[in-house]
Amino acid sequence: MIKKFLSIVFLLVLINACSSNDGVEDPISLVDDFDRGSMLTNLSDNIIIPSYEDFAVKMTLMKDAGQTFTASPNQNSLEQFRASWLDAYKSWQRVEMFNIGKAEELQYSYYMNVYPLTISDVENNIVNGGYDLNSVNNQDAQGFPALDYLLYGIADNDSALIAMYSTGSDASKYSNYVNAILNQMDRLTQEVLTDWKNSYKNTFINSKSNTATSSLNKLVNDFIFYYEKGLRANKIGIPAGIFSSSPLPNKVEAFYRKDISKELVLDALQAVEDFFNGKHFNGNSTGESFKSYLLYLDRNDIYVSTRDQFNAARLEINNLSNNLSDQVITDNSKMTRAYDELQKAVVLLKVDMLQAFSINIDYVDADGD
Amino acid sequence: MIKNYFNKHIDAKPLVVFRVLFGVMMFVSMIRFWANGWIDKLYIKPSFFFSYYGFDWVKPVGDYTYLIFIVCALASLFVAIGYKYRVAIILFFLSFTYIELMDKTTYLNHYYFVSVLSFLLIFLPANAQFSVDAFLHKKEYNRIPRWTIDSIKLLLAIVYFYAGLTKLNSDWLFRAMPLKIWLPSKYDLPIIGNNLMQQEWVHFAMSWGGALYDLIIPFLLIIRKTRPIAFFLVLFFHVFTRVLFPIGMFPYIMIVSSLIFFDANIHKKIIYYIRKITRIKPIKLLQVKEYNFSNFNTKIISSIVLVFFIIQLLLPWRYFLYPGELFWTEEGYRYSWRVMLMEKAGYANFKIVDKKSGKFFYVNNDDFLTSYQEKQMSFQPDFILEYAHFLGDHFSSQGHKNIQVFVESYVALNGRMSMPYINPKVDLYQEKESFYHKNWILPFESDIKIKGL
Repeated sequence: MIKKFLSIVFLLVLINACSSNDGVEDPISLVDDFDRGSMLTNLSDNIIIPSYEDFAVKMTLMKDAGQTFTASPNQNSLEQFRASWLDAYKSWQRVEMFNIGKAEELQYSYYMNVYPLTISDVENNIVNGGYDLNSVNNQDAQGFPALDYLLYGIADNDSALIAMYSTGSDASKYSNYVNAILNQMDRLTQEVLTDWKNSYKNTFINSKSNTATSSLNKLVNDFIFYYEKGLRANKIGIPAGIFSSSPLPNKVEAFYRKDISKELVLDALQAVEDFFNGKHFNGNSTGESFKSYLLYLDRNDIYVSTRDQFNAARLEINNLSNNLSDQVITDNSKMTRAYDELQKAVVLLKVDMLQAFSINIDYVDADGD
Repeated sequence: MIKNYFNKHIDAKPLVVFRVLFGVMMFVSMIRFWANGWIDKLYIKPSFFFSYYGFDWVKPVGDYTYLIFIVCALASLFVAIGYKYRVAIILFFLSFTYIELMDKTTYLNHYYFVSVLSFLLIFLPANAQFSVDAFLHKKEYNRIPRWTIDSIKLLLAIVYFYAGLTKLNSDWLFRAMPLKIWLPSKYDLPIIGNNLMQQEWVHFAMSWGGALYDLIIPFLLIIRKTRPIAFFLVLFFHVFTRVLFPIGMFPYIMIVSSLIFFDANIHKKIIYYIRKITRIKPIKLLQVKEYNFSNFNTKIISSIVLVFFIIQLLLPWRYFLYPGELFWTEEGYRYSWRVMLMEKAGYANFKIVDKKSGKFFYVNNDDFLTSYQEKQMSFQPDFILEYAHFLGDHFSSQGHKNIQVFVESYVALNGRMSMPYINPKVDLYQEKESFYHKNWILPFESDIKIKGL
């Protein structure tokens, strides 16, 4: 009886195997293997590295403009500096999410864009000198937010601000601090970019296994973490008071410049979406990406929902005032609506996409329940 | 006839070898757990622990938690050498079960299996031979009551057979879920990763093969003629699953356990080899023909074991008492040998509301839970409820008043799109844990239903 049963089982398996083998010859049902290596190559060669290159150029331009301004502070040099700051800040939105490799090791983004700024730390550093910008305690006293403050926040009007760098009693100290921050940002940026171009690119592309430390898994996790924390929470959620008992309008990005916080969110969202779609930097062609991986896994449903959700979020963000801080104060409900739409995409990325990829995050025994 | 059965005796060696190997396995498990840094990671670092209903008094005890693991490891060693066996196995059962009760985040069927098995072992004369106890008492028992060995066989048969029954559902059989999600992600396995693991027919073949294996392996092991094939299948199956999935020591434990189905001849050889490796020389001891429980003990032990097996046989069916989809609500899911049946993931966003002012804020789960705890919490209703109460208590103690706790949660099950999970309008802080159905779990509304056992 058992023997008969067994032989039937083996027969079934055999038939199953054979019939499916026949199917393989049929090009429609051919299951091609998704090439994670080429996905990583596309992401690094066509998105990550070009984004860093673009940012590094703008970063250096900003540094130069800062030096010009501090050497001869006037309305013209101030405006040049401000314009290059905005350029660089916008470009930064395309690299902040890549917290991997050297960037992770250096805690790069923590030295570039921690906001809100701690003004007292900045002022103390300027007046007392002897600060160490590499210290963790100074992460909230440098980077783009510090420049935001030093370019827009330290005086009521432009002439008064220029005076702070030219005739003010601490003028040289302010100038020194601006240059110190710029040098720090530029140095870190060069370090990250150089590492990507020299050695890390190969490490990154070749580490495609499914382990907690492989670059594919880290990249997916970093991407989701950035979307959830860097974009959704920092840019919209925290100012809107989602995580506190009341709204916090002065926790927006670029608080002192005031009118670009919405623009920066939209840039960041576009960067996230382009990365998800594998869209080449500054181009229209696309390559292997999370999107094509989902399609390979037969999860068009997840892709479509995510795409639609990004669009829904963008629609809500477009309804906001250019100055998100104002928006929080005048009508916070629009902020929370934008947050809600951003939030729904977290579910799609974190639950649906992660499940489809079956990404290994944590190393503990499991029996799958 | 039953009386007759209970008076039958059989060679003690299978049980004795089982004891030795089980003890060694458990000892290695404990060392491995420690060496991987999991004691610290799972039981020392977290600030909050999820408790089993009624066992919220069982918690890690800070650095003393290591002591519990030491006790457990030593007890397993004592079981292996058969020194003060009864005390050792009781200590093992208690310490191991305590460890498992400390945080249900780490619930695994095979941990439950070890607890259940060690409970059963308390009542069996597994130190009858080849043990320090026998040496100290200067006597060995050749034969022991047959039911003692049969009870372990029965337990193993239940584990396998029930595991097979639970696979008889439409997701497993007709959608090849969750293997269809898991296997393609094993693309980095040598040789088979990039081709076989990507093929749909392989997912189906392995789903059906796995279910059939679980259902028939107990019978193949019991029938003498098929036993060698069965053991080969056991080896193949468990080594294969070990390669594919992070299931730790479980495959080895099952392989070793299945040896109990074999005749004493094989165990005689195993003892011979163990003696050879460890250079323990046989010592002439008084050979007692039969081990017998006293009449009184027979009555007590046989009724305990009987009740034990009735519970084992019935417990997995308790889910029939709950409405709704078992995989979705997980009411009656644990302790039922439901292994590797689901790929389930969730997202739970907790909202703390001041009832009077209507003001609210959302909780950052990282502040209280480890990533592993958060992952497990987000798709299991009893976790969500317990955590909601913890949050309510926490923010009350911080001075917030009139607190309500709501959750917005989504769960994706076996490759379906994520769907709302818990009723977001129910204040979980007012809901109590119980064995009743949790009516605040939203119904499972996927078009792709799950049919079957």
